[in-house]
Amino acid sequence: MDNRLEKIVQVLQENAGATYEEFRGELHIFIHAEQIVDVLTYLQDEHAFTLLSVLTAVDYWPQENPRFHVIYQLTSLTQNMFIQLRVPVNASQPRVPTATGVFDVANWREREVADMFGIEFEGHPDPRRILMPEDWDGHPLRRDYPLGYEEPQFSFNFEEIDLRKPYVKE
Amino acid sequence: MGVEQKLGNMGIVTTTLETAVNWARTNAMWPMLFGLACCAIEMMAAQAADYDMSRFGMELMRPSPRQSDLMIVAGRVSRKMAPVLRRLYDQMPEPKWVIAMGDCASCGGVFNNYAIVQGVDEVVPVDVYVAGCPPRPEALIHGVVTLFEKVKGEKFTDLVKA
Repeated sequence: MDNRLEKIVQVLQENAGATYEEFRGELHIFIHAEQIVDVLTYLQDEHAFTLLSVLTAVDYWPQENPRFHVIYQLTSLTQNMFIQLRVPVNASQPRVPTATGVFDVANWREREVADMFGIEFEGHPDPRRILMPEDWDGHPLRRDYPLGYEEPQFSFNFEEIDLRKPYVKE
Repeated sequence: MGVEQKLGNMGIVTTTLETAVNWARTNAMWPMLFGLACCAIEMMAAQAADYDMSRFGMELMRPSPRQSDLMIVAGRVSRKMAPVLRRLYDQMPEPKWVIAMGDCASCGGVFNNYAIVQGVDEVVPVDVYVAGCPPRPEALIHGVVTLFEKVKGEKFTDLVKA
């Protein structure tokens, strides 16, 4: 990996107990949930990673512990670098401190992750659903959420599905 | 028989009230702009110069529901948009008709998932479905003409809701 990234990874390993994995030239750094805000502040101030490009999550469902990884990808425009941090989150307590104090753009990104995956961000100023309607039940992008919505109507089962469809009366 | 024989060529036509009312309704039906997604482009193309919808009386499209009779739902309706659609439909004065344009408005189209309403007839009562992804402007005009045929066949007794 890049020399400058190596130095950053070393600092993170000593101070934050981070581990890392390299896969086909990509570097993933694993951070604990309690330290993510400090790590983000450090990277933003000391190493000029001023742009939070990506804030998403991945669901590794049949595996409960950790079930989600929250992914932060920071870009440094002055140094032409980017760095990826992953926060493993358990299924029983999906909570991560919010990054809105560090990066303002994290506001809507975290709302999206909370809506789609059900991960709670502690201290978020506006924890509403952003993509689904407010009274929706469930978190659609989890692996155990059903993929389709309704059974396709072919000619052999047209009538029986037609009777069940929620047509509006007027 | 009738008044024409007595009055000669005075330019008088007799007809039934239903026919006259339906003729008036079809000749100047103003659609409401409800282009949500890709079908909106085809709706605009149908309204524009080459496939002119003003030949059929739809001279202009009113964005306000209070001033329109026809709602052409063009495009996919997401679950978050459905209450908005219903509210705008409720704000239209009677008589009103709905054309579901395209596959997404008719049956959910290619999107069989949690986010898209599977057919806009779950939200508003639809009169004419126009199939296509997106339907060509000629197909939309055919749908509009089909709606006109339906309106011309309407009777006053249907409008009395029991």
